Amino acid sequence: MYTILEAHDVAPDVRRIRVDAPRVATHHRAGQFVILRVTPDGERIPLTIADSNPDDGSITLYVQAVGRTTKLLNRLETGDVINDIAGPLGRATDIEDYGRAVVVGGGLGIAIAYPVAIALLRAGNGVDAILGARSRTHLFLEDELRSAGADVKPCTDDGSHGRHGFVTDELAAMLDAGAEPGVVFAAGPVVMMKAVADVTRPRGIHTIASLNPIMVDGTGMCGGCRVSVGGRTRFACVDGPEFDAHQVDFGLLQRRNDAYRDFESTRDQQLDALDDCEIAGILAPVHREPQA
Amino acid sequence: MSEPLTRKERMAMARVDMPEHDAEARATSFTEVNLGLTAQMARLEAMRCLECRRPTCIAGCPVGIRIDDFIVRVAQGDFAGAGEVIRNDNLLPAICGRVCPQEHQCEGACVLARKDRPIAIGHLERFVADITAADTIVDVTTLPPPTGHRVAVIGSGPAGLAAAADLIRHGHEVTVFEALHEPGGVLIYGIPEFRLPKDIVASEIESLKRLGVVFEMNTLVGASVSLEELRTVEGFDAVFLGVGAGLPRFLDVPGEHLVGVYSANEFLTRVNLMKAWLADAETPVLDVRDKRVAVFGGGNTAMDAVRTALRLGAAEARIVYRRSAEEMPARIEEVRHAEEEGIVFDFLAAPLEFLGDDHGRITRMRLQQMELGEPDDAGRRRPVPIDGATSIHPIDLAIVAIGNAPNPLLLAAVPELEHTGWGTLIVDEETGMTSMDGVFAGGDIVTGGATVILAMGAGRKAAAGIHEWLGQRESADTPG
Ligand SMILES: Cc1cc2nc3c(=O)[nH]c(=O)nc-3n(C[C@H](O)[C@H](O)[C@H](O)COP(=O)(O)OP(=O)(O)OC[C@H]3O[C@@H](n4cnc5c(N)ncnc54)[C@H](O)[C@@H]3O)c2cc1C
Ligand SMILES: Cc1cc2nc3c(=O)[nH]c(=O)nc-3n(C[C@H](O)[C@H](O)[C@H](O)COP(=O)(O)OP(=O)(O)OC[C@H]3O[C@@H](n4cnc5c(N)ncnc54)[C@H](O)[C@@H]3O)c2cc1C
Ligand code: SF4
Ligand code: FES
Repeated sequence: MYTILEAHDVAPDVRRIRVDAPRVATHHRAGQFVILRVTPDGERIPLTIADSNPDDGSITLYVQAVGRTTKLLNRLETGDVINDIAGPLGRATDIEDYGRAVVVGGGLGIAIAYPVAIALLRAGNGVDAILGARSRTHLFLEDELRSAGADVKPCTDDGSHGRHGFVTDELAAMLDAGAEPGVVFAAGPVVMMKAVADVTRPRGIHTIASLNPIMVDGTGMCGGCRVSVGGRTRFACVDGPEFDAHQVDFGLLQRRNDAYRDFESTRDQQLDALDDCEIAGILAPVHREPQA
Repeated sequence: MSEPLTRKERMAMARVDMPEHDAEARATSFTEVNLGLTAQMARLEAMRCLECRRPTCIAGCPVGIRIDDFIVRVAQGDFAGAGEVIRNDNLLPAICGRVCPQEHQCEGACVLARKDRPIAIGHLERFVADITAADTIVDVTTLPPPTGHRVAVIGSGPAGLAAAADLIRHGHEVTVFEALHEPGGVLIYGIPEFRLPKDIVASEIESLKRLGVVFEMNTLVGASVSLEELRTVEGFDAVFLGVGAGLPRFLDVPGEHLVGVYSANEFLTRVNLMKAWLADAETPVLDVRDKRVAVFGGGNTAMDAVRTALRLGAAEARIVYRRSAEEMPARIEEVRHAEEEGIVFDFLAAPLEFLGDDHGRITRMRLQQMELGEPDDAGRRRPVPIDGATSIHPIDLAIVAIGNAPNPLLLAAVPELEHTGWGTLIVDEETGMTSMDGVFAGGDIVTGGATVILAMGAGRKAAAGIHEWLGQRESADTPG
């Protein structure tokens, strides 16, 4: 059982959760993730480790409530526990001094891009952080990135903050204006990562995408997370999650991610139909003070 | 006691059949297929034993259970005594009695096997283990005084569990580290409930906990903690690696990434470990109800996958195997059960490609018809494609069960561990020690995918090696 030390919302449906997981905290490097189960019979879901503190043994997660498990997780409060957390999983990002790097985070991808941006900054890179979201309220981690030294370039779909448009518009504009990053890192929805790859490919800029396939064990045992990179089968949980974006078959990734859509929406609707009391029942085993 | 039976009378007795859950009913149920012998059946079957002076069965058992001894006790009704004899050599008899390939081991070596009626040693072992299960509750006060040595066991499959059991009985402190959230390895995530009820595995683990073995779940050694740290910062004197061979092989044919193509590991893990077969499961498995399922392979994993698909409601569940029936490595009992349940077998057929629809979901498979050619090095006749003999079949789910390889994760983290080209670890035959001093290994990580009993035996051998190594180190450290 892993105790939640701090939990609060940072954007609509996105919650920052700091949780006690000393083994993960002391071994985490940027680019890695955990697999957790909220309740004793819950699903195993992967979440990026956005930050870690080896001194107090805590890790920080940003969770977007998109379905049953993430919605349950985001109901937890300080003092509650998470049943299982395994990690750190996956390979760490190859951090080098590229001179200048562009980090693109779309939606929840901002949380995935964040630790990479920080690591790149620490390695001496100048970092442009292009952050995309629906509107100003959906953006998060902007201040943290700016105070860490990144040049933050927000983009919103409705124009309420920063550029009115997509992250790829900002990226293309930067590159057209003569920016020559040594690497572009992309994290976000599959369509966004594909679009980023399409922008950088003709320009020959090394581009890395953090892939988000459906996972089960996260240890290389099931092959459910397999992706096709340059025509080769790779297991994202152990060979990734980061791959050369120009080599990734994004269409395949999207189709595989849609595999359980019916099941997911049914379970989601079932959860939405429950009242607070019933949901508290599901979460009783992990609540600090189990409800009677 | 009445007159002992004559040899002739024994030879005239029929082998006692294992009562089974009705084939039609069980095809939709996850309850165990074999129902277990009654005490009377067990005694009758045991009475068939010829009590050979030089019992060949023992040599067939990888851990050398004194089979003749336990069987005589069963015949006499001394089940507790039989249990003691078995547990002397086998720590997990309730499990082995259910999953060992007896036809290649003890029963295959029984003199009566020549007449096709070997003593049902597996069924008797299962009977004795179940009826004496309560006797295994070890009194912790009988444990030797603590030695002060600490051993880390990595992986909680049969190899790790057996090593832990012996080490704690020697008085060492034992912590088992497991990557998944539940201990048991393949016994939990791979082998299904209808063949090995999970309660049995859970109770074995419970008794280890009672003895003082500590289980730390969600800990991937090489990621959550390094081998080096375990031995330095965390103060473990010795380490046992029982990490198995869990990396699924794929066929490497076009269309293998379509939705609806699973590795057997993924399919079975979703159903067994994540309990996707329950109506209110949190983890999904693709719906196979009224669908056509094909499983590629002929081993136990393939049988488990195909019979699981049937139980989840598949309209048609078939095995596609590139060799013939005789070459199938699965346990004979599983093949028979599968046939009775209505599993279809396509022999001498191999997949060439999978075809899908616009959504990337599998809809068809193209098969290549094979014939048996020249024998290979192992003496098995090699399947060769028949020119032009290909065919297309509609299919909704494909499950690939062509074997597992060692997971390269640990080796990547600890490259100094000496290993083969297959990624299996090289260990000392006698002690189980790897090329690193104080680091031992056993089970599938050494042999490649093998059996529960071999993994268990290797775990015990390494436990003995560790015990001895700790003792030697201690006396070397003690001056004088
Ligand atoms: C390496 C990696 C890192 C990730 N990091 C984060 C993160 O930091 N924060 C965050 O909010 N999300 C992250 N995700 C996505 C997150 O895992 C999914 O949103 C979550 O599993 C959804 O579960 P659910 O039950 O709430 O929703 P569901 O209703 O089950 O699914 C919603 C969507 O999530 C995807 N999904 C479902 N189950 C899984 C699964 N077991 N594994 C992966 N994807 C799944 C599906 O494609 C589906 O479209 C990451 C995914 C990966 C692979
Ligand atoms: C579906 C299936 C059916 C089978 N049926 C039979 C049968 O009927 N009869 C039979 O005799 N054999 C059968 N086998 C084979 C048998 O299960 C294996 O030979 C046996 O389980 C091997 O035991 P093990 O302890 O070496 O490894 P495993 O049982 O594989 O256990 C290894 C454990 O180590 C954990 N692990 C791996 N890496 C790490 C790490 N770095 N840190 C921490 N933990 C780690 C894994 O999660 C796993 O729990 C079957 C196998 C499968 C897959
Ligand atoms: S070989 Fe067969 S008959 Fe002989 S002792 Fe063993 S089980 Fe009995
Ligand atoms: S999640 Fe199972 S192998 Fe990657």
